[in-house]
Amino acid sequence: MEKQDIIKSFKDSLFTGLIALALFGPIVGLRTASKGEGLFITPQWGVVLLLVGLCILGRFLININSARKTEFKFLSTLTSKFSNITDDKAKHFAITGILFAVVFPFLPFTDRYFMDVAIMILTYIMLGWGLNIVVGLAGLLDLGYVAFYAVGAYSYALIATTFGWSFWICLPLAGLFAAFFGILLGFPVLRLRGDYLAIVTLGFGEIIRIILINWYEVTNGPDGITGIPRPSFFGLPFKRSPDEGEMSFHTFFGLEYSTMHRIIFLYYLILVLALITNYFTLKIRKLPVGRAWEALREDEIACKSLGVNPTNTKLTAFAIGAMFGGFAGSFFATRQAFISPESFTFIESAIIVAIVVLGGMGSQTGVVLASIFLIGITEIFRDLEQYRMIAFGGAMVLIMVFKPKGILANRKPTILMHGDNK
Amino acid sequence: MLKISNVETFYGKIQALRGVDIDVNDGEIVSLIGSNGAGKSTLLMTISGVNKARNGNITFNGKRIENRQPHKIVDLGICQVPEGRRIFSRLTVEENLRLGAFTNEKGKHFETDIKEVYDLFPVLSDRKTQRGGTLSGGEQQMLAIGRALMSKPKVLLLDEPSLGIAPKLVNQIFASIKNINKEKNVTIFLVEQNAKKALELADRAYVLVNGKVTIMGSGQDLLKNKDIQAAYLEGGTKN
Repeated sequence: MEKQDIIKSFKDSLFTGLIALALFGPIVGLRTASKGEGLFITPQWGVVLLLVGLCILGRFLININSARKTEFKFLSTLTSKFSNITDDKAKHFAITGILFAVVFPFLPFTDRYFMDVAIMILTYIMLGWGLNIVVGLAGLLDLGYVAFYAVGAYSYALIATTFGWSFWICLPLAGLFAAFFGILLGFPVLRLRGDYLAIVTLGFGEIIRIILINWYEVTNGPDGITGIPRPSFFGLPFKRSPDEGEMSFHTFFGLEYSTMHRIIFLYYLILVLALITNYFTLKIRKLPVGRAWEALREDEIACKSLGVNPTNTKLTAFAIGAMFGGFAGSFFATRQAFISPESFTFIESAIIVAIVVLGGMGSQTGVVLASIFLIGITEIFRDLEQYRMIAFGGAMVLIMVFKPKGILANRKPTILMHGDNK
Repeated sequence: MLKISNVETFYGKIQALRGVDIDVNDGEIVSLIGSNGAGKSTLLMTISGVNKARNGNITFNGKRIENRQPHKIVDLGICQVPEGRRIFSRLTVEENLRLGAFTNEKGKHFETDIKEVYDLFPVLSDRKTQRGGTLSGGEQQMLAIGRALMSKPKVLLLDEPSLGIAPKLVNQIFASIKNINKEKNVTIFLVEQNAKKALELADRAYVLVNGKVTIMGSGQDLLKNKDIQAAYLEGGTKN
């Protein structure tokens, strides 16, 4: 490593420090505190100095690492080896992952808390896979995906509380409603691409949330919907004391009553829903419509010249992506038994998009890894309370520094060798 | 077969085509030459339905097509190889070809069709599992032509197939175009800046200037035309 390289990286880190100072100075440095009457400003320059110092040091280390890439590439080889493994032995990897997911509830260290986190991660995996159809395959940046999650959740909640139908009837209905909203969003944005599309979808997400807040007669506004029926195990409810003449899950199977039964059932429910999403995506990629999505992502004019109808292609992508968002929403509603517009804010969309992008656009395994990483890390640091979002941001920065194209950036061809498609 | 009459196309207020009349007969190779901005690509995009003609009409085998959707026009048998190749760079060669057969995939002739393309361009067969973006310019052009052939067109519209390609490969590509015309009986409408090559290949040719056809005739006649030599072939006649 050359001396001037070090000087250059040092200068660069000092510049980073300057930016950090400009940001942290007013935000962290000037703290308002109320003393007696009125607000007073308490400066805390020590903290600012510490943060700026950390930024300079971090930047310097990153610079040195990238300058010495030829000699010191521990992390990049580790990660690239990792993506090779998942590429070559994708099948083994997937099967191991699914097996682990299946036995997970019965592992000795698994407790209620682990199950809750796992259910949450699986929900995000499912949302990530659903959005992957729109963003990863069709290349349509959708920043309002949470709208379909909300439509699914509210459709489920309203249908289930109004008509009292079972989960298994409401679930497909909620999916259909969400798909309908997907088409509704799809029509006005047919001509838009890239940034413009992102802005409109962002607005759509907000419109849905604001309608949910203000349409009081139907959605009960900010108070949300309570008493959403829990799912039953093929007609057997998870209740401690079933009604007269009614069987519940534990009495039917002769088990001791435990709240874990329902949690485990919910876990398998979301696992199956997520795997269906994945299976569907993998299959549809090999069909003409799936190929048309990917072609549309690459070049719209070429698509038109080959007779691919961009209108239908975009609408199917929006509709199918939205449908899976709707399924995930129904699951969310039945799991929580209570929903309100607060659960469907923009940050949810942002997290789902982050999972897809950081996982490597279009990569199904990448979505899994990114969900575990992002949601898992935020959960591990839950004890840090309000600081845990720093862990979330930090996880994102780490991925962007070491794997700028996403954890798994390689696209797998849908056809391997001509003539030996198995 | 393909009849373009008095077509006018606009981009907003700017008029790109000012009443173009061109006939392409069954089995012909027709070339259209012209300088940058003459409206050559606009004309092809108008035929394909990507740009809409404001006035005039286009008929294909007696059917009016100027108001049809692009995919409907491909269905009828007019396929374009767009300027700059526009292959799907992250998809493999074979996936690119499969997309060419998009309107045709129910036909189940895919296996024989793809074999024909590989026979025409053997290099594509060697590279079928490679990503489109990793091919050289010439190979990409072959892929773009092969991809368009997968839709089994009756008329192939080619937009500057020589653009940015090594001279040796240009010769090969023009030989393949002739081959596609003669052996596969596909009518060719070729738009080119490389006037010499385009005129040598063409049965008939048109010259487009500022959105209007100014000269038309057989390829050989236009090669000898003094005005054309001065405007488009200067220096090009030596090689």
